[in-house]
Amino acid sequence: MSAKEVKTGIHFINGDEACCEGALAAGCRFFAGYPITPATEVAESMSRRLPEIGGIYIQMEDEIASMAAILGASWGGVKSMTSTSGPGFSLMMENIGLGICTETPCVVCNVQRAGPSTGLPTLVAQGDMMQARWGSHGHYEIIALSPSSPQEMFDFTIRAFNLSEYYRLPVILLADETIGHMTERVVVPPEEEIEIVNRRKPAVSREEYLPYEADPDGIAPMANCGDGYRIHVTGLTHDERGYPAMDAKAQEKMVTRLVDKIRNNRDKIISTKNLFLDDAEVVVVSYGISARSSMQAVQDARREGIKAGLIKLDTVWPFPEDLIRAVAASSKTMIMAEINGGQMVLELERAACGACPVRLVSNYGGAILHPGLILSSIAKAAKGKL
Amino acid sequence: MITAKTAKNLPPHPMDSLLRTERIPHIWCPGCGIGTVFSAVIHSVKNSGWDPNNIAMVSGIGCTGRMAGYIRLDSFHTTHGRALPFATGLKLAKPDTKIIVVSGDGDLFAIGGNHFIHAARRNMDLTVICVNNLNYGMTGGQQGPSTPLGAKTTTTVNGSPEEPFNFCYLAAACGATYVARWTAMQVRSLRSSISEALDKRGFSFVEVITPCPSSFGRRNRMGTALEMLKFYHGRSVIRSDIDPRDASMDIDREIVVGKFVDIERPTFMDHYEKVNRLNSPQWRAMHPDQKAR
Amino acid sequence: MQKTKKYPITPPDEIGRRKKKMGQVVVIEDRCKGCGFCIANCPRQVLRVSSAFNKKGYHPPEVIDTTRCVNCHFCEILCPEFAIYSVEYDDLEEQD
Repeated sequence: MSAKEVKTGIHFINGDEACCEGALAAGCRFFAGYPITPATEVAESMSRRLPEIGGIYIQMEDEIASMAAILGASWGGVKSMTSTSGPGFSLMMENIGLGICTETPCVVCNVQRAGPSTGLPTLVAQGDMMQARWGSHGHYEIIALSPSSPQEMFDFTIRAFNLSEYYRLPVILLADETIGHMTERVVVPPEEEIEIVNRRKPAVSREEYLPYEADPDGIAPMANCGDGYRIHVTGLTHDERGYPAMDAKAQEKMVTRLVDKIRNNRDKIISTKNLFLDDAEVVVVSYGISARSSMQAVQDARREGIKAGLIKLDTVWPFPEDLIRAVAASSKTMIMAEINGGQMVLELERAACGACPVRLVSNYGGAILHPGLILSSIAKAAKGKL
Repeated sequence: MITAKTAKNLPPHPMDSLLRTERIPHIWCPGCGIGTVFSAVIHSVKNSGWDPNNIAMVSGIGCTGRMAGYIRLDSFHTTHGRALPFATGLKLAKPDTKIIVVSGDGDLFAIGGNHFIHAARRNMDLTVICVNNLNYGMTGGQQGPSTPLGAKTTTTVNGSPEEPFNFCYLAAACGATYVARWTAMQVRSLRSSISEALDKRGFSFVEVITPCPSSFGRRNRMGTALEMLKFYHGRSVIRSDIDPRDASMDIDREIVVGKFVDIERPTFMDHYEKVNRLNSPQWRAMHPDQKAR
Repeated sequence: MQKTKKYPITPPDEIGRRKKKMGQVVVIEDRCKGCGFCIANCPRQVLRVSSAFNKKGYHPPEVIDTTRCVNCHFCEILCPEFAIYSVEYDDLEEQD
C-alpha cells in the first residue's frame, strides 16, 4: 500500500485532521458521518485517507444513520468512528445509548460549537458537556476526553479508541471549534511506539460462550459477527446470554455492570495535567481550549506572586472527584473556566463538597475566555474577596 | 397418533436447527403471521447454500423486530427505524456476510423511511423483509404508514384520514433491484421470493401482508386470524412483472402480489471499489486482527 | 421470466408400481397457540382440533386419519409456532 496508515513525522495540520490521523493510527478503518461545521474537516480527511489504506468512508443520510452505521461496523470487527457537532450530537443520542447498552466499541468526536440550536456554527463553545454525560435516556456511565490542541486531538483519539476497545463502549471526544480549526504542530511517532489496544476475544468454545458474561473486571470478551459464535445483541435489557430479560432483577444486574466497569476502573481511566498544585491557594480547573486560557492566567498570576494552580481535565467524564476533593481541602478557592453557562462547575462544586468556595469564569460561547478575565478572578480570590 | 411425547427417534422439527429453541414458544400472538414469515426466512437461509456462520440478521423495533432474538444466527436487535443503517455499517465491515434485515411496516417506512430510501438508492447489498401488518402492533395497534384509508386503529378511532404507501412502488422507485410482495398464506411463493432475494446482489425487498389479529383485525372486525389470512389471500391477485406503480395494495379492492422488479445494478461496494481504483485484495485487508500489528 | 421447472416424467411401465407418498404428522403440542391455520388449510383434511389442552390451555391439532396424509408439509410451513411438521411414513420405526 503506497499510502501509510501512520504518517510518522511532524505535521502542520488543524485539530480535525489530527483527529483523523489519530484514528487511523489507532486502527480505525470505517467512518460514517455527515457534514457539519466545525467537524466537517474530520470527515473530509477521512474520505481522502481511508480509501488509501483499505478502509471505508461513507456519508450517511443523517447523524442518526451515521451513529447506527459505526455500531454495525464495530460488530463487524472494524474499528469505527464518526464526528459531528452540537446538532448532530443531539441526533446521535439514542444510538449512543444503544452502543452503551450493547457494549459496542466506537468513537464519537463532538467538535463543539455555540448553541443552543443552530447557534454560532463557526464559533467556539463547550456547552455539550452535560449532554455528553446524560444526553441519552436511562442511567449509564460514559468516558469523554477533552483535547486542548491538535497534538492532543491526535493523542486523545488514539486513547479514545483504546479505551473504547478495552471497556467496550462508545467513547466521546469533546473537542471544540477552536481546537478543531486551529492549525499547529503535530508530531506523529513511529508506528511501533503507538500503543494499540484491541477488544478482548472469547477464549471459550461456542457452546460455553456467553456474550455478556463479564470477566472479574466487569468486561465481557467480545465475539464479532461472523466469528461463529452466533451471538444475539439487543438494546433490550438482556442477561449474560444476550437474550432479552424483562424484569427488575436483570436490569439491576446489567446496569450495575455497565456502570461499575467504568466507575471501578476510573483510576485507570481518569487523567489530568496538574500545575503548581503542591503550594497553590487558588486552583483553576479547566479543559479543552479554556485550559489554555487558564494556563496563561495561572502563569501570569505566578509572575505576580499569587500562588495559583491548574488542573487540566484530559478526561472530563468520569469526573475526577477524588482529586478535586483532596485539592479543595487545601485550597482557598477553586475556579472553573469553561465556555458555557456553568456545567462542569456543578461537578466541581459537588466534588468540593463546600471545602472551599467555587467560582465560575465563563461566557455563553462565541469567543474563547480571555486569560485576563481568569487572572482577575484568581487575583480577587487570592485577596480573599468573595 | 404420533405426538412429540410419544414419538421415539423422530427427526426434530426441520426449523429447530436455526431456532433458539430455548426461547420458543415466542412472544407473538396466536395467529400472528410473523411466525409464518419467520419460518419462510429460516427455510430460505437453510437452503441458501450460505454457511450460517456467515449470515446475520438485523432487526428494528416492533413485533417483527423480536425475530432477531429467535434465530440462531449472529443477530442484532437495533433501535426503532435504524436497522438499515446499522446493517449498512455491518455489511461494509463484513462484505462477505449475507445480511437480512427484517422489520415491520412502521419501523422500515415511518421512522426508518429516510434510511430505507437511501439504502435502496445506494443499492446496499442487503435483503429486506417487511412484515406488513398494516399498523403498529407492538404498541397496541396505532395507525402506521400502511394503515388503509378509513381503517380503525387506537389513534384513528374514526378511521385513518391518510392514504397509505405502496411499499413496493416506493422500493422500486428508490432503486431496489428486487421487489416482491406476497400475503402470509402464499408461503411457497414467499419462500421462493425470499430465496431469490437472498441470492440477489444489491438491495432486495420482499413485503408480506400479514394478519395482526389482536390489534388491526380486532379493531376492524376482520374476524379470527384464520379469517384474516384467508381474507388477504382472497383479495390477492398474482401479477408478476407488472410496473410496481400498478401493484396496488388496497385491502378493500385488490392486493396485487408477485415479483415486480428483478434487475441488475452495481452495488455501493462495486462503485466504491471502482471509484477509488483499489484492487480488492489490498482493499480487503481492512480488519485490525488480520493485520500484523 | 419465470423459469418453468422440468418435472421428471415417470416411464409408463412404472406408473402402476409408484408408491403413493405417505406422511405422518408430528405435533409439538406445547408450542401450539391454537390458531387453526394447519387444520383449516390441510389439503387432505387430516387434522382436527383436539379436546386435549396443552401447557398454555390451547387445543393442539390431532390427526383424524394418518393414511390420508401425503407429506405435503403445508401444515409445517404455514404454522407460525413451529409446532407441527410431517415426515415420510417409512422414515419411522414400525410402531407397535
